[in-house]
Amino acid sequence: MMAPIADPRFSPMPAGMFFSASVGNALPLLHQIRHALTALLTGGTETIIDLGAIPFGPGDEAVLEETLGTGEVHAVLTAMGESHVRETAIPGVWRIDHRDMAGALQSRFVEITMMPDILKTQREDAVRGLKVLEDRLAALDGGTPV
Amino acid sequence: MKTRPLLSETMAAHGVSRRTFMKYCATLASVMALPPALAPRIAQALERARRPSVIWLSFQECTGCTESITRSHAPTIEEMIFNTISLDYQDTLQAAAGHQAEAARHQAMKENYGKYLVVVEGSIPVANPAYSCFAGRSNLDVLKETAAGAAAIVTVGTCAAYGGIPHAMPNPTGARAVSDIITDKPIINVPGCPPIPVVMTGVLAHFLTFGVPELDDLGRPKAFYGDVIHDRCYRRPFYDKGLFAETFDDEGARAGWCLYKLGCKGPTTHSVCATVKWNGGVSFPIQSGHPCLGCTQPDFWDGGGFYKPLSVPTGDYRALAAGGVGVGAVVGAAGALVGRGVKAEAARKHETVDAHDLEKPS
Repeated sequence: MMAPIADPRFSPMPAGMFFSASVGNALPLLHQIRHALTALLTGGTETIIDLGAIPFGPGDEAVLEETLGTGEVHAVLTAMGESHVRETAIPGVWRIDHRDMAGALQSRFVEITMMPDILKTQREDAVRGLKVLEDRLAALDGGTPV
Repeated sequence: MKTRPLLSETMAAHGVSRRTFMKYCATLASVMALPPALAPRIAQALERARRPSVIWLSFQECTGCTESITRSHAPTIEEMIFNTISLDYQDTLQAAAGHQAEAARHQAMKENYGKYLVVVEGSIPVANPAYSCFAGRSNLDVLKETAAGAAAIVTVGTCAAYGGIPHAMPNPTGARAVSDIITDKPIINVPGCPPIPVVMTGVLAHFLTFGVPELDDLGRPKAFYGDVIHDRCYRRPFYDKGLFAETFDDEGARAGWCLYKLGCKGPTTHSVCATVKWNGGVSFPIQSGHPCLGCTQPDFWDGGGFYKPLSVPTGDYRALAAGGVGVGAVVGAAGALVGRGVKAEAARKHETVDAHDLEKPS
């Protein structure tokens, strides 16, 4: 599996750059994730947070990454560029990064869910898959499948 | 009128899976500043949409907005052109030139009359049309002709939206915004010098999926221009604590404190620079240590100095700028006479910014 492409947002803070959790935006976001996880467990409510809408400063991404950690699942979708779907060390909290075919980051989300929708097979794709399988069987058997 | 294929048909023809399509919609939701949960609704709208014809007009400008949109990463301009829009005329990017290019514009207008989208980059000189023309015709003529059959107009960049740098005092060309000239079509202003690439593609995607977005009193989509940069800036907590950089190389600057005293226009500038950022979301001017110039606001060039704090009076500049706007309503000989007087006054009072100004404590 390919490692995610290095992204400057995830680099450590530059030496001398002032940072404190009291002025960064990682901490409020982590609290939001905590509330969302509680809602998932108590009412089954799923939450998607668009990280592109959060005003992160230097170091905030690193705090988020380190606090959530790395979990057991890391799936890579190959769909017009790679998408990395990673469960964090907090089960139920997923990081999803969509990249284009050149590897550039397109969008990134935190999903609080038991299973991100993007991992599930879409019905339309399954319908198309059935047709493909039938055609292939027909080619093997020389006839129409039952 | 030629029937264009549905977007879903175009994508299916390209072998795009439903999962890929959903990934595309999730990114579009992010780009359009909509809640991620709306991705399925975007997918629904896109499935029913047809690729709209887009005619892109380049007037009095530096082509920086075209340069910017070609750097859009989500979606890329290539994705937009191949999947989302039919860019039928763009004199910088298209292969055709001369008569063939103009024929392409007229054909697109004829085939899609009443339905095509016009994107305008650059202001329109009305004092003397010869300042900017192409194919032997003035920008004013081409704008009026092309706008007549448009469903809507998107102005990209502050020049097209509000006159921009060409409109800055003393406005030698009599530069005007599109909205000064076209008054009977929906106009979506996407200002910035240049605008953030994904904001431009996001507005186009919004028009395609849900039509004209909700606009503020300056004609800007609220999704992208609803908040001032200051309210979304990661340096805002330093402002609240009274921690300011006083010069570009003091301890406060190195510690990443608020740039208000160095002239940051973030408190009065509406844009998503602090969240969407630039270069694929890597950074934005304030994060890179420079104050916001306020480039999404009308007359930002005449605001009295980029490095003066907002709280410092700007002398006659604001009066001059207001005068310029007033003069803008009068097109013709009388306007030209007043304009000459204003130009002379502006030239006399013009103040340059040198290195000492940058170091000047407030």
